[in-house]
Amino acid sequence: MYPENLYYSQDHEWLKVEGEEAILGITDFAQKQLGDIIYVDLPDSGKAVEAHQTLATVESVKSVSDIYSPVTGEVVQVNQDLAQTPELINSDPHGQGWILRLKLKDKSELNNLMKAADYEKYLEGLEK
Amino acid sequence: MMINVIREPLIFEISSPGKTAFKVPEPDVPGQKDVLAGVALREDIDGFPEVSETEISRHFTRLSQTNYCVDFGIYPLGSCTMKYNPKINEKIASLPGFTQTHPLAPEGLVQGNLELMKLLENLLLEITGMEAITLQPAAGAHGELTGMMMIRACHEAQGHPRKYVLIPDSAHGTNPSSAHICGYTVKEIKSNDHGTISLEDLARLMDEEVAALMLTNPNTLGVFESDICQIADIVHSKGGFLYMDGANMNALAGITRPGDMKVDVMHLNLHKTFSTPHGGGGPGSGPVAVTKILEPFLPVPVIEEKDSFYHLNYQRPRSIGRVRSFYGQFLVALKALAYILTLGPEGIKEMAEIAVLNSNYIRKNLEGLYDLKYDAPTLHECVFSDKHQREYGVTNLDISKRLLDYGLHPPTMSFPLIVHGALMIEPTETESRRDLDLFIEAMKAIAREAKENPELLKTAPHVTYVRRLDEVQAARNPILRWEK
Repeated sequence: MYPENLYYSQDHEWLKVEGEEAILGITDFAQKQLGDIIYVDLPDSGKAVEAHQTLATVESVKSVSDIYSPVTGEVVQVNQDLAQTPELINSDPHGQGWILRLKLKDKSELNNLMKAADYEKYLEGLEK
Repeated sequence: MMINVIREPLIFEISSPGKTAFKVPEPDVPGQKDVLAGVALREDIDGFPEVSETEISRHFTRLSQTNYCVDFGIYPLGSCTMKYNPKINEKIASLPGFTQTHPLAPEGLVQGNLELMKLLENLLLEITGMEAITLQPAAGAHGELTGMMMIRACHEAQGHPRKYVLIPDSAHGTNPSSAHICGYTVKEIKSNDHGTISLEDLARLMDEEVAALMLTNPNTLGVFESDICQIADIVHSKGGFLYMDGANMNALAGITRPGDMKVDVMHLNLHKTFSTPHGGGGPGSGPVAVTKILEPFLPVPVIEEKDSFYHLNYQRPRSIGRVRSFYGQFLVALKALAYILTLGPEGIKEMAEIAVLNSNYIRKNLEGLYDLKYDAPTLHECVFSDKHQREYGVTNLDISKRLLDYGLHPPTMSFPLIVHGALMIEPTETESRRDLDLFIEAMKAIAREAKENPELLKTAPHVTYVRRLDEVQAARNPILRWEK
């Protein structure tokens, strides 16, 4: 279910590391919890964030939720397709529904995140 | 509601050129053919509906029959306190002496109005145990913002506005928003297994940079924060303020008082606890009550009494200023006053007792059929989830839509966020045993249907004026104006 090559946060964001950068999105679990997504408020490129700070906002028919940055870094690119088709997050959360690309400041912060197997275990705990 | 009528077209669709609902008498002045000719006659509105008086009357009457309201049945929206609005409130507030008061009338001519506002202030202070109050804010969230602005002003007066506001994850969604608008960064406190605030978490997060803790008590799970006094002590020990969202005061009024729980600031929703109209029927009103230390920062004007003369004081140098034009929602305040005086002290207490009893009656009857994530005792509301029904592919949305088929308004859905698939039920004290049973029987039937015929729920509602609406499409591509 959850790709092996991604890092996962307790707040249900995923990171895909590519060199000194990482692509960020929300997990399949998160999109299911949110329901149909109707709007994504994206930051500007160049925005610097610290770990656990709000990066973007996702609005669904049920609620408005913050997306936190699991790591410290700087936004280098956002997924412009989400402006017109936010439902990509529902249909392909780990792929085309990516949200933005970050330049990582400290790669050691990735050690605080979960791998797929741990994340799945974490979700089982939540379901109880 | 749910009267089967032919689907009423839009008023634009029943228009036919030249029809009017009113005919102006023939002018008896020679040479003046049309009294409306000239500036008064608009010709630039394309497609303006033209209908007869019968048509316009039937059109809006038919539409009104598709509505649902507290005069029709139970309105169990959790944390909204959609209680019945007694007719005597409306009668009092529509007395010509009140409705025809000019807002700029001199104080000497409106002593009665000011006296009633002062009386309401005093009654609300007695109910809350607080020390000073303003009736100005025009809604609950407006009250929150006013309260937070006063907290900020007080910290600033002490030399440092501070940076953060702590808010539990079970709080009303407006709390983080109010803190943010006030320039604070929100830090979230996670709920513990009992659905309440963890004292360890609070102690860890509380420091000299935290301006306040915003707490709803009882919280949105309907659970009373029984550690409230220790919570207050922790916040106060670092010089912070305890803000209490009073949206759920219906559970406490007449029983216990926030002022006795060391709360520093709180707002009340007159349109919840004190029976004034809510939602589209409002307007709302969100008085804010404070302790002595925050009194100098109250918005202006403040009503003062000296030698039986009531005076509006605008000369308050430390005030945060005006938060609304004129004097708040005066007529709404009157309705709340009428309600409080009608009930009296014993009645207010009974109101809270029955509100809690009704909620627990529903909870006990539905326990087992619907999942209760937190099993702590609850007060005026209880939060179930769709966990058991999800096994059959049925969600809280399907359950809510199916309730419409039973002629009932659904509960609050998908809130609080800490309960996935939440159904948050607050019946209020105004429901009779018979009305509560109608709701319970419908919920029981729906639980059976979820198991035996889930498709029936997934395609609900079936007997309403309109069937299931495409809310995703409506949110993504809203059509807000009629076009030819």
